[in-house]
Amino acid sequence: MSGNEAAALDVVIGELVDELGPERVITDRQRRRTYECDGLAAYRVVPGVVVLAQGPDDVATAVRACARHSVPFVARGSGTGLSGGALPHSEGVLVVMSQMRSVRDADVVNQRAVVDPGVINLQLTAATSPDGYYFAPDPSSQSICSIGGNVAENSGGAHCLKYGFTTNHVTGVDLVTAAGEQVEIGGKAPDPPGYDLLGALVGSEGTLGIVTSATVRLTRLPQEVRTLLAAFRTMDDAGAATSAIIAAGVIPAAIEMMDALAIEAAEAAVHCNYPAGAGAVLVVELDGPSPDVAGEFDDVVRLCEQAGSFEVRVAADDDERALIWKGRKSAFAAVGRISPDYIVQDGVIPRTALPLVLRQIAALGESAGVRVANVFHAGDGNLHPLVLFDGSVEGAVDRAEEVAGGILDLCLEHGGSITGEHGVGADKAKHMPRMFTADDLETMQAVRCAFDPEGIANPGKVFPTPRLCGEQPGRHHGAHPLAESGVAEIF
Amino acid sequence: MADLQRLAETLEQDGGGVRDAGPADAVDGVPALAVARPTSADGVAAVLREATAQGLVTVARGAGTALDWGAPPERVDLILDTTGLDRLVEHGAGDLVVVSEAGLPIAALSETVRGAAQELVLDLPPDRLAGDSTVGGALSTGVSGPRRLQRGGIRDLVLGATVVLADGTTASSGGKVVKNVAGYDLAKLLTGAYGTLGVVVRAAFRLHPARPDRAFVLATGPLADVAARARDVVASQLAPAAVEIDRPAGSDVAEVAVLLEGTGGAVGQRAAAAAALLSGRVQDGPPTWWAALPGVSTSSTDGGSSTSGGGTHAKATATLTGVAGLLTAARDAEQRYGVGVALRGSAAGVLHAVVTGTPEATASAIGHLRGAATSPREGTVTVLRASREVRAALDVWGPVGGLDLMRAIKRQLDPGRNVAPGRFVGGI
Repeated sequence: MSGNEAAALDVVIGELVDELGPERVITDRQRRRTYECDGLAAYRVVPGVVVLAQGPDDVATAVRACARHSVPFVARGSGTGLSGGALPHSEGVLVVMSQMRSVRDADVVNQRAVVDPGVINLQLTAATSPDGYYFAPDPSSQSICSIGGNVAENSGGAHCLKYGFTTNHVTGVDLVTAAGEQVEIGGKAPDPPGYDLLGALVGSEGTLGIVTSATVRLTRLPQEVRTLLAAFRTMDDAGAATSAIIAAGVIPAAIEMMDALAIEAAEAAVHCNYPAGAGAVLVVELDGPSPDVAGEFDDVVRLCEQAGSFEVRVAADDDERALIWKGRKSAFAAVGRISPDYIVQDGVIPRTALPLVLRQIAALGESAGVRVANVFHAGDGNLHPLVLFDGSVEGAVDRAEEVAGGILDLCLEHGGSITGEHGVGADKAKHMPRMFTADDLETMQAVRCAFDPEGIANPGKVFPTPRLCGEQPGRHHGAHPLAESGVAEIF
Repeated sequence: MADLQRLAETLEQDGGGVRDAGPADAVDGVPALAVARPTSADGVAAVLREATAQGLVTVARGAGTALDWGAPPERVDLILDTTGLDRLVEHGAGDLVVVSEAGLPIAALSETVRGAAQELVLDLPPDRLAGDSTVGGALSTGVSGPRRLQRGGIRDLVLGATVVLADGTTASSGGKVVKNVAGYDLAKLLTGAYGTLGVVVRAAFRLHPARPDRAFVLATGPLADVAARARDVVASQLAPAAVEIDRPAGSDVAEVAVLLEGTGGAVGQRAAAAAALLSGRVQDGPPTWWAALPGVSTSSTDGGSSTSGGGTHAKATATLTGVAGLLTAARDAEQRYGVGVALRGSAAGVLHAVVTGTPEATASAIGHLRGAATSPREGTVTVLRASREVRAALDVWGPVGGLDLMRAIKRQLDPGRNVAPGRFVGGI
């Protein structure tokens, strides 16, 4: 830590305590440590100070103090992110949004809700489902993740194949800019005039400011939902079934795939009782108007059987549907039963490359002596390989990291992406130059400069190297906050 | 002074050319000096770099079907004709993705993907489609049509884009997979930007499987009644692909048309249910005005106030419940200001209006339509196409939230204001 940065932070802390009161500003180190990581626990940084924001004005106050002294700030929702996007800054301010959690306006007639950023994803669905509506983005963490976090990460989920991502469901935000100004963008009406700022903001991982209110679409609950589990001998067979379903013109609400190792883990953890001897299972869900679902469901069953499925189970009711989903949704945590440590990847490939890429991943794992479990959104080619290792074995972490990196290379070789829904964050910033050219990244950072000329909004995330935005006339700059992004405390 | 010789030299490798501009090359009345027609992204970068170095102002042009949308540019030196970039780069049928150069007509792209029983769900107005409106033009004008209700607008379908900035920098964002959150989604920022951030040279889109069967359900009634019934269908579990409303100028009644897509008998069942909700009738084909801008139709049954090519064309947005207010505001504006206001579009709250009348009366009518929403967050009216006199009489864009941020983005990507200056909100 440089002396300048520490001094600037001290000044900011003083101002925050004055303006917000000591109960909203956490300075005690033990309490600050509570926030040292998000869902990616491999990265830990104790924040310089924590602000428990009670409303938009608190956020603006905190950010203005940061802007005055060029101190970095990081916003944090529920802290469930898997890429270290909410990793704090050791000489910065962590603005915790989780106490702002009111559904301000559940306007089902207009199919919109105005929510605080700390509102839990499933909380909004619970609030609106009695009226026949829900919030469509459904990341696996939906019972604890915040909508503000969904906006920052452009969260998807199992059902985004049909319903799209968070970016397709946000029509307005209130933004606190990196200068601490409060700006209203969009609203309940679609297509606000001007540049599509919402398109830029959603998924920008907190690097363009802090959203203090979001106006989101509410989606009508489908008339009918039908879910099946199909067991296959091999991943290739399951992949062929997926291709056949898509080729038939069916857009299921979800198509999820798990391989034998993932099934083994899920069985050990939640006893989901998936068919014995399965080398792969598909979970397929259709939703929509009853007559359509009935017809398409029969097609899906037939296509699975034609592709070699030896057992198809159809959920007869909500309980059976929940049981089918239980295995899939618990898969990440379940691998803890079969491996002390694991790395989750989030690469994307064109769906048609699935069988080839899965074989290549298996070969990568074998040659490195590392086990890889596969759980993924088969419909849109979003892989979640779980690279298993035992951190207590010397060299195991390195081998696992190598395989995980190799998987991302495979995704890029096939024209895909390094992240489908978890975000770049702190974790994958180093991989960005493998996906984008220097000019691509420069241009993105030019947009960042428009929102955050000082580079204080969540620095060190998304981009591997900072871009200086050019001197502002009459402003004095200390050490650039990006120059030292708390690396010393990362382990 | 422009050095056209040097501009032409930048295209030697590309094979494209530079010519003097003619009267037909004027952009909404603003004359140009020259037209460059590169055939590759590298060619676009080379010619734009040189043009900007010479201090020239460049405006990109596709087929020009909406070149007079948005404000006219302050000045035009070089027209960058993108129609030489007309390759379909990749159609990943199994992945439901298409990648195309910017100058390819949407109609040509659609024909290719139709071969795999797929479609890019843009629902362009038929006259723009027939005019060979390009991928870049559709993107830059941010089009959406009837099926935006379910599939979203073009901003929801674009997966990635490559843009050439004023200084010749070529930058890509997004990708060609449906799911991708790596880096900023600049493709959305370019969507609807009227070419003010750079020249789009390539874009990737999500496709949908074409639904084999469809049915339309139509009903006519008093304005508020039609709006309420349209809302009932939107709020139903019938999963309508589109719910469109048409209110011809001078009319006390409006028509609602619902599109249901799917397979076989299922569509028939849903159409019957929708007909019951609407007290409407089922038919196989669309109404004559389907997807067309108001005042334009493919037949003469479109009421007596056809304003094709004339009038002031505006885009009006509203909340679902606000659509009713917009319809009655159109009628009130006619009575108050002696204008004609044709209104047509999606019950999702994105409609187009064509206002006919004197510039002063048109300005008053637009103001009245704006007043239908309680705040700009609940609805806006932006003027897309208008005469100089009308533009002078009103605020074309209306209130714009986040304008300072938009200006900052423009400054970052086009600091010298070398591409399409003046064409966008706040004089951007």
